[in-house]
Amino acid sequence: MTSKPGVLRSALGHVRGLGSAKEGTHHWWQQRLTAVALVPLSIWLIASIVRLSGAGYAGFVDWFHNPIHASVMILFLVASFHHAQLGMQVVIEDYVPGHAARIVCVTAVKFGCFALAVLCTVSILVVAFKG
Amino acid sequence: MSTAAKPTTTRTMGTREIARPLSPHLQVYRMPLAAMLSIAGHRATGIGLVLGLLLLTWWLAAAAFGDTAYATVMAFIGSWLGQLVLFGFSVAFYFHVCTGVRHLFWDAGKGFEIPATQRTNQIVIAAAVALTILTWLIV
Repeated sequence: MTSKPGVLRSALGHVRGLGSAKEGTHHWWQQRLTAVALVPLSIWLIASIVRLSGAGYAGFVDWFHNPIHASVMILFLVASFHHAQLGMQVVIEDYVPGHAARIVCVTAVKFGCFALAVLCTVSILVVAFKG
Repeated sequence: MSTAAKPTTTRTMGTREIARPLSPHLQVYRMPLAAMLSIAGHRATGIGLVLGLLLLTWWLAAAAFGDTAYATVMAFIGSWLGQLVLFGFSVAFYFHVCTGVRHLFWDAGKGFEIPATQRTNQIVIAAAVALTILTWLIV
């Protein structure tokens, strides 16, 4: 994309700050990046759940003593909660009428997802560092 | 807004017209399959998967609290209700992923034509059903 002749505005200036939120494609791009990351991460999670379903508590603790397993799990948690709050924000903005109600819902979703992501991550670390 | 749904007659530019509800009006508009897959297959399953994240949170937090709390979660997951919930999440997950991958192709500008969309409708449904069955066969 090149700027039109006679317009003192660069191509970058055209795409920066677009949209009603004035943040361009950031939200959209974050949602796509987490979506792509979540395809392998969630397949790994399903495989882990299948493996751990009959392994008992000792098996669970053993599984997350492995630093690779704990790391991939935390990657899944960060990507999935981020993806979830972005997705719910879009649905809320589409279907919740009223400016105030919309802001309350979106804020609650963002705080909730952040809190649960921290709880899950700390829980995995507690298990990973268990003696 | 509320009056738009009532079929009243109005006179516009000399022709007699019925003020029909605007589409996509979920109650009266017969949605194409691709729209159903977008709203039910992607958005609704996405909301459902957030509930799945709540179950995952309960599982992980219980594991951090100790073996008694962990056993409580596993007892629920092992029950018929827990298995049914888990099956529901697996269906929601595979529909969300399959419709989501199609969204990524659309984002790249591929497969926007109606025949292509109708073909990928079938692929999305077949893949989601097949992956769900495959997962539960492995379990």
